[in-house]
Amino acid sequence: MDNMTLIAIASIVTAGLTIALGSIGPALGEGRAVATALSSLAQQPDAATTITRTLFVGLAMIESIAIYCFVISMILIFANPFWNHVIAQTAGK
Amino acid sequence: MRLSPDEMIFWQYGFLKLNGTIVFTWGLMFVLAAGSKLITRNLSTELKRSRWQNLLEIVVTGIEKQIEDVGLRHPKKYIGFLGTLFLFVALASLCTIIPGYEPPTGSLSTTAALALCVLVAVPFFGIEEQGLGGYLKSYAEPTIIMLPFNIISELSRTLALAVRLFGNMMSGTMILAILLTITPFIFPIAMSALGLLTGMVQAYIFSILAAVYIAAATRGRKARPEPMQDIEA
Repeated sequence: MDNMTLIAIASIVTAGLTIALGSIGPALGEGRAVATALSSLAQQPDAATTITRTLFVGLAMIESIAIYCFVISMILIFANPFWNHVIAQTAGK
Repeated sequence: MRLSPDEMIFWQYGFLKLNGTIVFTWGLMFVLAAGSKLITRNLSTELKRSRWQNLLEIVVTGIEKQIEDVGLRHPKKYIGFLGTLFLFVALASLCTIIPGYEPPTGSLSTTAALALCVLVAVPFFGIEEQGLGGYLKSYAEPTIIMLPFNIISELSRTLALAVRLFGNMMSGTMILAILLTITPFIFPIAMSALGLLTGMVQAYIFSILAAVYIAAATRGRKARPEPMQDIEA
């Protein structure tokens, strides 16, 4: 298997695995966050605006982890420097 | 597959490029500035006022209340910076309704610039409130051993702000582009509605996080956190 095929296989497999494994953690975390927020809303409906605002901020921070994984995956598929390098090499030959 | 509006070149001269990010950013700035100037030309304090003035008042008082809820005691000092952040990112995401438009926040340069603005603004407001010595002392806060970690957390917060906004905006436009090649009509509409929602939420998150960082920098050790007003009502 030459270099090009190896790089292609590694990029594709890693891109898929990154986004697949990387979204498990944030999804579980967000589920727990919303569940706790709902139960505290049921206990103290007067603090609804504060709880909702804090919930959204917390969800955005948890979501960032999934976004990082997504960005890595997109880079591997669409802006892959190793692939570009190897393509440039074969084009130069 | 276009990864960002940086690659839409409108005009080029040598190495000077007028790409999509620059054109759309300036367009948004023009809309915001010219719109506000036009609306605030004849402000009225009576009961009868134009509906655009009403709209602006709702927006401004809403942002002011949010800033106060976060814990910043004089929201008028910070509303220029935080309000502009929110309005720029929100309008950038709202205009995706217009065909042919790509949000400039879908390019890492724009979001990095906004995050750098927050990075500069936090020490600026902190020093203005607590003086240079007081602000620098807050870096050694629990103990002097925490100094490198406080500095690293400052930098990583900035990076997280930039990548979070970039990732959300870029993923919205990219998913739309991919879906357009698969199912032409129904799915892209649902996904672009979702993109609008996440755009608004991310605008809110960006400005609220900036407000929280500024509040942490200006609070100081002596002041107690303000009691929550809503519970006492």
